[in-house]
Formats: sequence, C-alpha cells, structure tokens
Amino acid sequence: MTPLLSARGLTTRYGARIGCEDVSFDLYPGEVLCVVGESGSGKSTLLGTVALRVQAASGSLTYVTAHGEPLNLLTLSEPRRRLLMRTEWGFVEQNPRDGLRMTVSSGANIGEPLMAVGARHFGKIRETSSDWMRRVELDAGRIDDLPASFSGGMQQRLQIARNLVTGPRLVLMDEPTAGLDVSVQARLLDLLRTLTAQLHLACIIVTHDIGVARLLAHRLMVMQGGRVVEAGLTDQVLDDPQHPYTQLLVSSVLPV
Amino acid sequence: MNARHGAESPDGTVAGYNFAYLDEQTKRMIRRALLKAVAIPGHQIPFGSREMPLPYGWGTGGIQTTAAIIGRDDTLKVIDQGSDDTTNAVNIRRFFARTAGVKTTTRTLDATIIQTRHRIPETPLREGQILVYQVPMPEPLYRLEPRVAECRKLHALSEYGLMNVKLYEDIVRHGSIATTYDYPVIVNDRYLTAPSPIPKFDNPKLHMNAALQLFGAGRERRLYAIPPYTRVRSLDFDDYPFEIQRWEHACEICGSRESFLDEMIVDDKGKRMFVCSDSDYCAQRVGGNEASTVHATLDEAADLSMNERADETERERA
Repeated sequence: MTPLLSARGLTTRYGARIGCEDVSFDLYPGEVLCVVGESGSGKSTLLGTVALRVQAASGSLTYVTAHGEPLNLLTLSEPRRRLLMRTEWGFVEQNPRDGLRMTVSSGANIGEPLMAVGARHFGKIRETSSDWMRRVELDAGRIDDLPASFSGGMQQRLQIARNLVTGPRLVLMDEPTAGLDVSVQARLLDLLRTLTAQLHLACIIVTHDIGVARLLAHRLMVMQGGRVVEAGLTDQVLDDPQHPYTQLLVSSVLPV
Repeated sequence: MNARHGAESPDGTVAGYNFAYLDEQTKRMIRRALLKAVAIPGHQIPFGSREMPLPYGWGTGGIQTTAAIIGRDDTLKVIDQGSDDTTNAVNIRRFFARTAGVKTTTRTLDATIIQTRHRIPETPLREGQILVYQVPMPEPLYRLEPRVAECRKLHALSEYGLMNVKLYEDIVRHGSIATTYDYPVIVNDRYLTAPSPIPKFDNPKLHMNAALQLFGAGRERRLYAIPPYTRVRSLDFDDYPFEIQRWEHACEICGSRESFLDEMIVDDKGKRMFVCSDSDYCAQRVGGNEASTVHATLDEAADLSMNERADETERERA
C-alpha cells in the first residue's frame, strides 16, 4: 500500500528560531496519527506546515491524490492547492469560530463547501446539510439557526460536519477537543472515532491530551523542542515509553 | 464657483475650466483604465480617482467616467432612479452643460451618453450608445469576504461559491432569493460583478446589450465595463431560478405593464399610486408635453418616495 502523505526531513523556521525540525512520517489511508507534546513543542507548526499554511524551509512533502497522482505539496501552485483543500482535505480549527462562518446559518455553513465545488441545487444542498447535522448528532431542526446560538461542543461538531461534507480523504485537526468539558469531549471523541472508521478517513490530530491520543490514534508522534523524539504504535509508545520525555509525559497524566 | 471663474463664454460654458472639468492627463489615465476594463469584461480596474466638486456617493465615479469619454458632439442624458428631473440628475446634467458645453437631452433615443444611477432605461439601447453607471461598491463579495487581498484571489481563481451562500441564506430567511437590487451577475462566463444598485428587474437588460456599459466607482477607485453584446448571467439555484419583480398594477399615467413601477403615497390617508420609474419612457408613451406636465405635478411625491428608498438602501448598507 502506498502512503497517502509522506513527509521527509520537514523543517520550518521562524527566522533563526526553529518551529519544527527534520520531521519524517508516512500516513496511510484510513490511519489516524496523533501528534502529542507540550506547548511550544512544534506540534501546531508541523500541522500548519502540512496544511501548507506555513512555508516549510526544507524537506519534502508528497501527497497521492484520489486519482493516484503524486503531488509535491511544497511546490504546488496556489490554485491547485486551494482546489485540493476544497475537495480532498479538511482542516478542523481548535476554535470553531475560526473555522465557521458565524454570520450565516448552520445549514449554509455545511453547504458552503458544496457550493464551492459547484453544487447549485438548493434542495439537495439543504438535504445534505440536514443529513450531516444528524450524523454529527446535531438537531436537524436547528438547520436555520446561526452557529452563534450553539454551544461550544455543538459548534465544534458543526465544524466537523462542514469539513466532512465534501468527502475528504485527509482531515487535519488542531486540538479539536480543547476547551470542551469532559463529558462533551467524550461524546466528540466517540463521534470522531466512529466517523473516521466509517469514512475510512486519514487524520492528523494535534493534541496535548494523552487521553485523546490513546482513544483515537493508531499511531503516535511525540514532539519536544521542534523534534520528533519518539514515534510508533499508540499502545507501544504509551505503555512502554522509551524516551525520557515520553516517560515524563505519560507519567504526568493525572490518574482518576 | 468663485468670481474669477464665474464668467461665461459665448457657448455657455464657464471660463477657466478645461473641457469637461477634468484635466487632460486625468482623462487619459481614466481612458487607459477604461480600455483595460473593456478588454476584460467585468474585471475591476483600479484608477486614480480625483476629488470632484461633489461628495463621494453622489456619482463621482460616474462623472469622472463621463468626463473622460465625452466629446463636443455628444448628447448627454442623466437619470437618477430612472428620472431625468431629480436633483442629482439635474445637477450632473447642468455640470456638463456648463463645463463641456455639450447638448443635453431627456430622450433616451437622442442620447449618445447616458449617465445613470439605479436604473437602466426601459427603451432598448442601440449600438453606439454608452451607459455610464454610478457605483457605490464595486466589489460584490465585500459583505462576505472582508479581506481585499482574499477577494482578489477569489476573483483570480473564479471561486464564487461564496456568493451562493448569500443567496442560500436569502432563501432560508425569506423563502425566495430576496436580493432585489445589486443582484450579482457573472459577466462573459468569467467575472462575478456587481451591476451597481439597479433593481434586479434590469438585470436581463445587461445581457447582450447593444450599448457599451461602463461602471465607475469614485470612492472605491475602480472601473469596470460590460462591452456590447456580452453574456451576463444572474446567479441563482437550479430549483430557485432568477426571477424579476412583477406588479399587479399598470402605470397610472401611461398604462404600461412592462416597465419598472414606483409606488408613491400621494396623500396623508395612505392613498397610493404606481407610476413608471423611467420618466422619459412614460412621457414618450403618453406623447409629448402632456406627460411632462403630469410628471411635474408628481415631482414632489416622486422625490419623497425616492428619498425613502435611498434611506432604505443606506440602512441596508450600514
């Protein structure tokens, strides 16, 4: 099987400072990869680099499209990149208000990616929107409400629906459960696990929450100071951490 | 105008000003921008908008465009909300009569240049005529995408799904596409364009029009154009197609059922009447002088409804 996305020696710098350095990984279709680490360890920079929001200084990043065409993402033209983001990729922001259009109804929020790729039938767009609201466990009767009238957890689920409606193959998530209380978090994680399995989605999830990683991830990358210090299968890394930092990280989780 | 410039020359123009007010360099700059605009239908071309002797929002873009293209042999007609005798139209017409000494007219057929705000004349335009629009906001996406650089990118890559989000919201809130003026169009199958705040009733007239249509936005410093016989498509949904307004009434003066009607309240008991917004069209149908006196008596009422509508437009923009 060929990897969906492969990074080799990916390095991003902010001037003289290091964002992330020499990161290599392969992501296969349907695989969930979690990136964990403390604040400032370069997780979000890595995600931003992969999402092509931050310019990489060196390294290579290759993505294989649905048609089997390998793309060098770091030299991809802007129209092509935007098309890829619209059709095959999704990006779930940490703060749903950054990823949603707060001034239009939730139905329009889910429908916007569809209209961006050419859907022009109001009835069908609306049907798909309400279908997706049900799938992320939102009340479809609130399809005409503004996202501002939703709670934080509902907004996050709306953002996930908006990202998945075009049937992407790769979704990047930046701390999708941060700022939610634990019961809402649990439901969201459950939903994410179901959806990624159902849709055979490849995911890169950045989190500082080891619990999230254990529940969702197939594989784990631990970052510290911009470098990957340990990588491997989730259970392996969490149950038998090798690197001192990973050991510290795992032992810092508060037992309930 | 001060005393030094107040003297009138024999042809009725005011001495001390260049032909059509603007200096020749400025006119050249605007003409260059206009050539680009015609070459890329619907694409907004930046230009160095000048201070004009009237406030932004009163037609500075339209006046500069007209000043750049007008010649001594041209005949100018100016309309505001379809009418030749509202303040804005009268003032702009007089401005060019005094600074350029050109002939002016209220007849659509006789005019070579028609400067307009908020309407396209009902009388079909012919080849060789130029329609100049006054545009307050040339960017159709600005309510949806506040970043100017991002807007340009969306135009460059023709990513116009966002505009349909607005129409979607209209249907959700009002049950139909409730945008009634400044209804977004795609020009020449490429650029999303604001047709200026004309009623959507006039949108079909943009399509394959024989006249050259120029749009000037003075405050926003943009020019754009729809050349003669260019395809112009109003955005819509497959199951909610574009529709124009219809009235149950006929014009009370000329009896037209095809024209755009203004609703006017004529007394303090709520009595209302519907008349053509295009005063020239209405007068032509009734024939000659009789109609113009009717229109004169209606002026007061017309001004009132005009102001109301302007206020409404302003409120929606705010």
